[in-house]
Amino acid sequence: MSAETAGSIPSTHTPNVRMLKFAEALFVPLVALLVSAVLFSLFLLIIGKSPVDFFSLVWTGGFGSSFSIQQSLQRSAPLILAGLAFAIPARIGLTIIGAEGALVLGGFAAAAIAIPLVTFGIPAPLTWLLMALIAMVTGGVWIGLAGWLRHYRGVNETISSLLLSYIAIAIMNFFVEGALRDPASANKPSTMPIGDAYRIGSIPGTDVHWGFAAGIVLAIALYILMSRTTFGFAARMTGGNVRAAQAQGLPVGLLIVSCCVIAGCCAGLAGFFEVAAIHGQANASLVAGYGFTGILIAFLARHNPLAVVPVAILFGAIAAAGGLVQRRMGMPDATVLVLQGIIFVVLLTSDTLYGRLKFFQPPVGGDRT
Amino acid sequence: MNAVAPMGRAPSLEATGMTKIFGPLVALDDVSISVPAGSFHALLGENGAGKSTLVKSIMGFYSPDKGSVKLDGKEVSIKTPKDARAHGIGMVYQHFTLVPCLTAAENLVISRADAPSVIDWRKEKKALSEFMETMPFKVPLDAQVATLSAGEKQKLEILKLLYLDQRFMILDEPTSVLTPGEADEMLGLLGDMAAKKEITVLMISHKFREVKAFCDGFTVLRRGKLTGSGDAQSASIAEMSRMMIGDTEVRERAARTQHNDKREVLELAGIFAEDAEGTPVLSSINLKVNAGEIVGIAGVSGNGQSALVEVLAGQRAMSDGAIRIQAQNFAPKRSNFDRYKVFGLPEEPLKNATVPRMSVAENLAFRAFDKPPVASLGWWMSPGPLRKRAEELIKLYRVKTTSPDAPIETLSGGNVQRAVLARELSGDVDVLIVANPCFGLDFASVADIRSQIMEQRNRGAAVLLVSEDLDEILELADRVAVMSGGTITYVAAIQETDRNVIGQHMAGH
Repeated sequence: MSAETAGSIPSTHTPNVRMLKFAEALFVPLVALLVSAVLFSLFLLIIGKSPVDFFSLVWTGGFGSSFSIQQSLQRSAPLILAGLAFAIPARIGLTIIGAEGALVLGGFAAAAIAIPLVTFGIPAPLTWLLMALIAMVTGGVWIGLAGWLRHYRGVNETISSLLLSYIAIAIMNFFVEGALRDPASANKPSTMPIGDAYRIGSIPGTDVHWGFAAGIVLAIALYILMSRTTFGFAARMTGGNVRAAQAQGLPVGLLIVSCCVIAGCCAGLAGFFEVAAIHGQANASLVAGYGFTGILIAFLARHNPLAVVPVAILFGAIAAAGGLVQRRMGMPDATVLVLQGIIFVVLLTSDTLYGRLKFFQPPVGGDRT
Repeated sequence: MNAVAPMGRAPSLEATGMTKIFGPLVALDDVSISVPAGSFHALLGENGAGKSTLVKSIMGFYSPDKGSVKLDGKEVSIKTPKDARAHGIGMVYQHFTLVPCLTAAENLVISRADAPSVIDWRKEKKALSEFMETMPFKVPLDAQVATLSAGEKQKLEILKLLYLDQRFMILDEPTSVLTPGEADEMLGLLGDMAAKKEITVLMISHKFREVKAFCDGFTVLRRGKLTGSGDAQSASIAEMSRMMIGDTEVRERAARTQHNDKREVLELAGIFAEDAEGTPVLSSINLKVNAGEIVGIAGVSGNGQSALVEVLAGQRAMSDGAIRIQAQNFAPKRSNFDRYKVFGLPEEPLKNATVPRMSVAENLAFRAFDKPPVASLGWWMSPGPLRKRAEELIKLYRVKTTSPDAPIETLSGGNVQRAVLARELSGDVDVLIVANPCFGLDFASVADIRSQIMEQRNRGAAVLLVSEDLDEILELADRVAVMSGGTITYVAAIQETDRNVIGQHMAGH
């Protein structure tokens, strides 16, 4: 250890380290997306379709007109929330893949509580508030349960949250096909519709429902929570090294369960907006895979709540363009899923690149033995 | 595979003009080292001196920018570790590279490059027994590696090299996981084999005692340059240490001051704890630590010391008993750590006291992030004060890092420990819990860290020092307690006991 070099910290290097890390976090996912696009093009060529047509259609369908942009944003609303539902537990070191279940159960709870509220003519804003609250509480409890099982019973949270999803969907089906079934819903068992008067409208001047705004607000709030508050700091400590967090006397169990509850609230809220803004009732349409796409989005966003927003919009656009692609190119629905699958695999592979690309590494002080 | 190796086959190795440049850093600058056949050569140097870079360049992990390696006088080209292996150069790492769930025999056989896809165990066992007969030391071949002691595992690592016929051995601090007895035994055996010209050994070490006792030649590196070499028997420790640390002032070792204040601060009252399977790991631990006193807990690794530290740090629940600080019951949680000014230096700081991916500045803030000036209202954090404090601590404790924003995992072991020290000792300390603070650190860091622990004692802190290094306990402690089989079997003032008595209690007598 040399005293001469040790004391002097070259403060000019400091922004560099941050900038390099930021550039790396931007560069790697972009390359992954590019590689995915190339692989998907190969896939298209194999099935005899033109990649150029495909990507230009996705562009047209996703961002080509003000209508399609609004469609994309609309579709991204549940994706933002589902992405947050994966990203927040990921920061504390948990892989929670059960947002789908919390979304479905939250949406169902909102639709169920709406039935008496609508019947008694409670004013719409109050109804929405109660619906949103019950959706968040339900989702929060659901994912919180996975966190609790993890910390206090040692149950793997990935497995438990996945299985809880199936239970959640089964619970919804049980009620929707039974006690809470609207007799008028002949072909598709559903709860009683909340009616147009109780639909959440669009953000003024657009066709995008308020769920999009809620997603952005939550993303910003959670970003601040994770990066600028003691809670976020403690959660990152726990996620990075649970033993160190314990040795600092942090309430590790409480932090883990709290992060899971936050995640569940996000997913539950997504379910609320699906019911209150899109479907108007709870039925099998709630099981749309948003929760699972959210995992992909969170990964691409490196579990950064702010980055979840643009990534979710991108996936919203791909989803919005799906119909157009299907009609114009005569390709099945599942094509978009193939693209998503390719992106996911490439993305997971690209994770190993972090810290290996020389360009993004700060110069090492040479202090290695 | 020729299991029975003939005698007198120790190779000599000469590396000339080795140079390795990483970006702006010259990690190795024109270093030459010559290890004659059958010698036991020590490679000395501080953390970051370039020892690892040198051996990794010889082993083919790095390709040196300049330099050549001669084996038995003939120049060889080693581009990958596989080449090194083919030339009979093998390495024993600081940490074990054995598969714990396999037996010793299985570990040996699978280590072979030509291990067959279908193994004829009867034949292999016979060959292995014959091989073992020729060896000066034995390891039970059918024992699962996980059940072997650290000393036996290290022996097995060396047997593995001999089995693979790698007769130039590079050992990277091979004794850091061993008890003093095990270390002496192993080094003695290696020394005997070298003397018989069966092997040649190049050993990276920090411990002058071992170098003086077992090595014949030595080479010293400092900041990537060769600063000296010679005969380990005729050179004095002072000379070698001067070559290692140069003219850098090592912080003056704090002298022990006398205290009249004999307040009892920390009391462990009948502590019991179990592991995950419900097996008792601690039973009835009773110990008192006064203000201004260091109580050293000695013991062979694995006798419950780490469980005790975990209980005190809140990483493990106790099933019975109480911790009392200033006669108050103490639960190890954050508010109490602050209230009673309890601080800790756990062993393996990168694993137990830091978050490797968080920055140095953030790691330095673990104690302070939820208090002013970093946090206002108890939850809102300001990066400015956090950073400012980090810069002060980095300077004060001489933590060598490229930037406060660099992840702490990019620092060397000594600097990680310095950073943890800076965090834990910069405040007002009443109770300090220390576990193996100098494990794997270099000479200068060790002296520095020990004197800081002594300073805390002199300032009136009650210090509990858990250490597997008896020398450390004899140097620092006012009283010594011995742990054996999960309980404390012996307590004595340091003046009233000696190494032999402590050693007997460590061994369970």
